[in-house]
Amino acid sequence: MITLQHYLILAAALFCIGLFGAVTKKNAIAVFMGIELMLNSVNINLVAFNRFLAPAKLTGHVFAIFIMVVAAAEVAVGLALIISIYRHRKSTAVDDLNLLKW
Amino acid sequence: MSQYAWLIPVLPFSSFVAIVFLLKKSKAASAAYALASMVASFVVALGILIEKVQDPKAIEIAVNWLNIPEMGNFRGLNVQMGLLIDPLSAAMLFIVTFIAILVTLFSIGYMEGDEGFSRYFAYLSLFAFSMLGLVVANNYFQMFVFWELVGLSSYLLIGFWYHKPSAADAAQKAFITNRWADFAFMVGIILLFVYFGTFNFAELGPAIEHTKDAAFITLIGILIFIGPVGKSAQFPLHVWLPDAMEGPTPVSAFIHAATMVAAGVYLIARGFILFESSETTMLVIAYIGGFTALFAASIAIVQKDIKRVLAYSTLSQLGYMVMAMGVGSLTAGMFHLTTHAFFKALLFLGAGSVIHAMHHEQDMFKMGALSKKMPVTTWTFVIGSLALAGVFPLAGFWSKDEILLAAQHHNFTGLFVLGVIVAFMTAFYMFRLIFVAFFGEKKSDHHAHETSWLMTLPLVLLSVFAVLAGFLNSPWFYEAFGKSFSTFVFFGEPEIPHLDLGVAGLSTVAALAGIFTAWLIYSRKAIPAESIAKKFSGLYKLLWNKYYIDDFYQWLFDKVMFMTGKALDWVDHHIIDGFFDGFAKLVGFTGSKLRLTQTGALQNYALVIFGAVVFFVLLASTPLLGGVIK
Repeated sequence: MITLQHYLILAAALFCIGLFGAVTKKNAIAVFMGIELMLNSVNINLVAFNRFLAPAKLTGHVFAIFIMVVAAAEVAVGLALIISIYRHRKSTAVDDLNLLKW
Repeated sequence: MSQYAWLIPVLPFSSFVAIVFLLKKSKAASAAYALASMVASFVVALGILIEKVQDPKAIEIAVNWLNIPEMGNFRGLNVQMGLLIDPLSAAMLFIVTFIAILVTLFSIGYMEGDEGFSRYFAYLSLFAFSMLGLVVANNYFQMFVFWELVGLSSYLLIGFWYHKPSAADAAQKAFITNRWADFAFMVGIILLFVYFGTFNFAELGPAIEHTKDAAFITLIGILIFIGPVGKSAQFPLHVWLPDAMEGPTPVSAFIHAATMVAAGVYLIARGFILFESSETTMLVIAYIGGFTALFAASIAIVQKDIKRVLAYSTLSQLGYMVMAMGVGSLTAGMFHLTTHAFFKALLFLGAGSVIHAMHHEQDMFKMGALSKKMPVTTWTFVIGSLALAGVFPLAGFWSKDEILLAAQHHNFTGLFVLGVIVAFMTAFYMFRLIFVAFFGEKKSDHHAHETSWLMTLPLVLLSVFAVLAGFLNSPWFYEAFGKSFSTFVFFGEPEIPHLDLGVAGLSTVAALAGIFTAWLIYSRKAIPAESIAKKFSGLYKLLWNKYYIDDFYQWLFDKVMFMTGKALDWVDHHIIDGFFDGFAKLVGFTGSKLRLTQTGALQNYALVIFGAVVFFVLLASTPLLGGVIK
């Protein structure tokens, strides 16, 4: 029997993997993928809570769909930024993007 | 006539404005306008004088210049600009405008061909305006304003040849020395206002009478007296006057006879009730005057520059006037101011004529035998010197006697003796000048010639006055007209002039002895001057170096003030700046360390943000730490 806890553990594991990727990866694309993973783990949480705690309502589902839409838009902007950076600096490594410092 | 009194200062001012803005290009027009305005002022002043002689009642006309009404604790401030026409100011207006005309006339000849011809007449008009505004002032505030204007215009005229460093320095010296005195004067006026709530002379008079001999009256009196000490060049602020010789000679005549130095004496007369209310103040005034008279006369004896001799002689005579005021005789002081104005203007213009003829040579030991080449100048100069020396019956005799009498009458025996000694010295140094410069053999190869009528006419006019002015206060004049100077300008009770034969005899003997000694040494050469100088070489050096007062001031400013300044500069730079710079450095240092946290690495920031989120979530969810999430 799969309970709410299983989904929550899955989501937590997925979130941690995403966070780890976002913080440690050198490539901006990989960092981006980590962020997507974190977003999706949250989606699992939302849908799971909706399914187990308030099955009569659709709030969690709608929320998850909103997140997907926002994530899609974010991907579009994010990728455009990365391409633009690549064009200027011939690199997508985040270590090279350290202009914002003393 | 008194309702036109405002014209007297305004006319020269109009001349100043017109020359500066319109007539500067045309030399003839500038001089003509200046002269015309002076003459017009003189006519009005003469009218007023005649009116005052007939009816000596004081007339006051004033407008509110600044009027702040009373508000709660603030008692209000009313500053007026006005005219006070009484015998004192009427007499003074006459002297100033009269001398101004002659100086302007003389200057047209003297300044001929000078580049700044028009500028000169503009300044001269400004000078006359300031002095006349001061004379008619009906309150201390207005007086102070014009007092400063007198200082400013004297600065402009002394430094007229500003391209000469010595002239520029002298102008600054005069201005700065006067600033010291004016500061005390200003403090005195402010205190006066604080105590009495008014600047007006007429309102102050009765108010001061009620507070006779109070300590603050002495304080205010002495503070205000410091003003005249500066303007009338009394010891120890006399140093600027001899240096002021750097200006054109007619300006020196103007400064010495009618404006500037007369302003100080006039102020003492104007505020006499204030000084008279405190015995201490009067003593200070009397002894400073007396000391200056002796001190300056002794310096004049050894000077070689013809103008410097005259400058120190002015100092000495001013000392006389101040002393006369100090012993309590306003009449004697003002009378000497009047006669002195005539013969000192005469002497300075005469010196100017000589200097002009000698192509700006001022050392009298390089002149000699001028009497044959310049008869008019010589004889008018001799008349002026006789008047200054106080030989009967010339102007100086009457006014000097008046002072000596006043000293004797008020039991100042010391000052009386001093006055007689100074009379001897005065006669001596004036005739030393005459025997050396005008008579004897030629001492250098010069081609002096008599100057034009523009310059000799004022000399002749002035010498007439130098002879006759003294009779104004002679017993004969009183008998003939029932009036005299002392029944016209006085404080308290009018005095009827009388001739004290003892005093008159003594001062005449002193004057003649002075002339005789000068003749012995410099004309007969019975005792060569050099041998005296050698015998008393210490004294001679002391006098020649003007008692080292200038050097003392130089030392004071160079060493003491400069060193103090340096010390304070060090404190400023090292301690005060160090303190504030330290703050800046501390902030800078903290910043330089803190900025290292800004690595620029994106993932660092992400980690910090996430760490912070975790931290706050933990904080919020831990009941022990006041968390709300159970």
